[in-house]
Amino acid sequence: MLRRAAARLSARAGARVFGALFALLAALAPALARAGELRLWHAYRDAEAAALVAIVEEFSARTGHRVELLAVAHESFGSKLAATIPRGQGPHVFIDSHERLGDYRQRALVGDAGPALEPDAVYTAQSLAAVTQDGARWGVPLSAKSVALFVNASLVDRVPGTLEDIAALKLPAGVYPLAYEAQSAYGHMPLLAAFGGRMLEGDARFGFVGPAAARSLAFAKELVDRGAVPRDADGALVSDLFRSGRAAFAISGPWLVGQLAGVEFPWRVVPLPKVGETGLPMRPPLTVEAAMLSPQGAASPAALALARALGSAEAAALRQRLAGTLSVRTDVPVPEDNPVLAGFRAQAELAEPMSADPAMRSTWEPAFRAIRKVLRGQAGPDDALAEAARRFADVRRPPPAAASPTPALLVLGLGMLLVAFHLVRRARDPEARRALRASLPAYRYVAHSVVVVGLLVFVPLIVGAATSLFAGRPGEGYYVGLANFVEILTARGGPLLATGSFWFVLLVTFLWTAVNVVLHLGIGLALGLVLSRPTLRLRALYRVLLILPWAVPSYVTALAWKGMFHQQFGAVTGLIHAVNDWFGTSIEPIAWFSRFATAFAANVATNVWLGFPFMMVVTLGALTAVPADVLEAAEVDGATRWQRLTRVTLPMIRPALAPAVTLGAIWTFNMFNVVFLVSGGDPDGSTDILVSEAYRWAFTREAQYGYAAAYAVLIFLLLLVTTRLPAWLARKEAGR
Amino acid sequence: MSPSGQGRKVSLAESIGAHLLLVVAVAFALYPLLWVVSLAFSGAVEPTPRVLPVPLEPTLEHLRGVAFSTLEVPGEPDRWLFGLQLANSIVISLATALVGVVIAVPTAYALARFDFVGKEGGVRALLATQMFPAVASAIPLYIILDGLGLLGTRSGLVLCYATTAVPFAIFQLRGAFETIPRDLEEAAMVDGATRFEAFRKVVLPAARPAIAVTALFAFMSAYNEFVLAHTMLGREEMYTVPVVLQRYISEFSADWPKFAAGSLIVSIPVMILFYIAQRHLIAGLTAGGVKG
Repeated sequence: MLRRAAARLSARAGARVFGALFALLAALAPALARAGELRLWHAYRDAEAAALVAIVEEFSARTGHRVELLAVAHESFGSKLAATIPRGQGPHVFIDSHERLGDYRQRALVGDAGPALEPDAVYTAQSLAAVTQDGARWGVPLSAKSVALFVNASLVDRVPGTLEDIAALKLPAGVYPLAYEAQSAYGHMPLLAAFGGRMLEGDARFGFVGPAAARSLAFAKELVDRGAVPRDADGALVSDLFRSGRAAFAISGPWLVGQLAGVEFPWRVVPLPKVGETGLPMRPPLTVEAAMLSPQGAASPAALALARALGSAEAAALRQRLAGTLSVRTDVPVPEDNPVLAGFRAQAELAEPMSADPAMRSTWEPAFRAIRKVLRGQAGPDDALAEAARRFADVRRPPPAAASPTPALLVLGLGMLLVAFHLVRRARDPEARRALRASLPAYRYVAHSVVVVGLLVFVPLIVGAATSLFAGRPGEGYYVGLANFVEILTARGGPLLATGSFWFVLLVTFLWTAVNVVLHLGIGLALGLVLSRPTLRLRALYRVLLILPWAVPSYVTALAWKGMFHQQFGAVTGLIHAVNDWFGTSIEPIAWFSRFATAFAANVATNVWLGFPFMMVVTLGALTAVPADVLEAAEVDGATRWQRLTRVTLPMIRPALAPAVTLGAIWTFNMFNVVFLVSGGDPDGSTDILVSEAYRWAFTREAQYGYAAAYAVLIFLLLLVTTRLPAWLARKEAGR
Repeated sequence: MSPSGQGRKVSLAESIGAHLLLVVAVAFALYPLLWVVSLAFSGAVEPTPRVLPVPLEPTLEHLRGVAFSTLEVPGEPDRWLFGLQLANSIVISLATALVGVVIAVPTAYALARFDFVGKEGGVRALLATQMFPAVASAIPLYIILDGLGLLGTRSGLVLCYATTAVPFAIFQLRGAFETIPRDLEEAAMVDGATRFEAFRKVVLPAARPAIAVTALFAFMSAYNEFVLAHTMLGREEMYTVPVVLQRYISEFSADWPKFAAGSLIVSIPVMILFYIAQRHLIAGLTAGGVKG
């Protein structure tokens, strides 16, 4: 009676929850029905976004066109455009950096913006050049961004004329003369320019090679080795050092200005210095932000009017005033009360627009690796650069030649015939028909999930797998047969066990999976056993605290781990210092990401941290199934504690743990986030696992989706074989 | 010395050992999280290696900056954007859990109770889907959703999430149903209930903890996902929170404090859910099993 009442109550509560859920969905739905007339996408935040809203409001009031704004993450702008524009759901106008134009043009994501431009004379020559390709204009230039030199005026009263003079400054202890991203390719480009070099030459030839590049690298290494520049600095560290007065100069961009709002020292912005050795100025790459039109937008007069309005003199003045964004219009002067903007303008005049060639994308990874190798002293500039050039050439290598699809079609046809034959034979077999009829009731329970999972899981998976037989850029792929697999399995013609080859990455992946699963299981089991002690106090508290790593989004915690492993400023180094202080030892801080063993260990530490709660919970659950009387009986029989654990408890929970271990191993094998976010493959790509390698081919190396898909298929086959192997062996043995 | 005295002594030492182990584990679990907390509340930066994650010049500015963002639609009054987006996240994840469970429950039940043609092959194929990296199947998925007219809608996103959560849910629930004795349903059927009624009134209530756990997993997987959400959703008021957080990190400038603050806010509902569900979690997780 009571139970039935309780059941009814809970059913009612359930109904109420569902009711509330649908009410909420319905409440959110009206937003969906409201459609804007023009769609404008951008990647702005804060003041720049506010300025854009003001400009668009004015445009709407003036013309009566409604504009819908969407802020899109800068990193995934391209993939979102590619997913939506061909299906008519993309923006009419979007604001993006000019260096992506080459790529967008190849993928037919951008239309001719010519009609939206004003006469040439109103734009700076640089910005006009940046949006011009093959004689046409592909965007309305809006603003220019480049790095410049930030000066902490309380530390230095005068800006030295050369980089060498800056590096030689006498400053208080713990203050760096200069902070800049020495390890990144983008950060190195101004220095490279001062030695007369470029990342990419005009004809899509790799430029980061040869004497000029080698000298620029040697120079950077000397700056870091002397301690004039922080080691392993990323953008966040550069701004932190400058904001806290720990760097006299910093090379950074307009994005740093907003963060300097509350600082107590006077600062200003000037163009980058010369390098004394060559007498040439450091020239940063210039990014021109432009209002681009999708093909759909380029055909719409309203969208063209919007692009023109975004690029108008009024809009430019407003952006400069509200957001401090440097205009590229010659008729919009920098406000006199804004010396910071004047500094950026002076720098922009000396800067060189970044190459918009799609090949530029392929320079970053090889250049980055070469720079890091040299700065760490693991290779001389010449060797590192030669390797970078080889890598660039490898990635840029033309895709395999088209193959005739006839053999594959023949195999496919034959396979289908065989299946059809098999089906017909079974349909004729009365036994099979009876079995099928007996299965009918069960099919009523599974039909819907077969349809849904089939459509949304299997079909994409099979299509995805089939792309592995194709090559070429998205949209113009052609059939190449098994050529992608041949390339991968032969390590692209290089030595089979070289860093980055399939076989090397495979070994690393197996090591990665084995180490992680053993540690997950070991720690999870130990904690589960301890937590299940009947006499333990505070059990619920421990349980909740130990589950937390699982509850917080893993992308933020992975990045927190990476920060902890920073050689100079990480918490791990802090702990080492503390240990040295307390115990009088002299352990050196570890450069975690410069050697394979330590970088791998850092990845493992992060992933173990993320994964042990799952195993702990599984163990706890499994242990509830071990009857106490069995353990007592074993104790009475004189079994020691260890014997009870290994002979009774573990065998009893094994069946419950096995599936969790299998799934855990599969997930670890494909654990992309940790590797990508923590070590990022460092050093030199050696800690990459198969799935992060596949990702690189798909997204950072020329969008070779077919090649990446071939990796995915190989991962799939490997996992299939490894997980099925024990069962097959068992069956074979049993059959004997 | 009496045996019982010895036993007590050992258990005291053991108990201290157990607590010591747990305290070390808790420290390991919390230390990185505390850095995130410290970053979210710090008003200043101090680039020196530190040991204790204490916020410098504590401030609520970052939390406020994230939580009180507004939607600025040209020509309309501002709306509380972050609230909308958090609501989106929660509703989408709850709907995912609901749809995922509704799809998985009958299938898992059939797998646990019936023998039918194609059962073994289907289960193996389902396990195999877990082995294929998701990166490779994203683009075909867009095309299919576009064909269904669901691209750019929250319902389409829910369907995507639900179906990717279904294989795991089926394995979990099949194991749970297998542990429920068949006698229970058979008794009900002898009393005149149909098989479906027996399933609905007897088996489902008995499997409730396992269903709760499965739903929690589906919820979690949807709640933290941002690649699909970012590509599929075409309106700012439709965004989920992970998509918004992603925007604080861009190529040149990363707003780490706001990113951290936002991550803390998003993890609060999850922690509450975990706290509520932890009893079920422990009873339900191991009920499932993969038999491939």
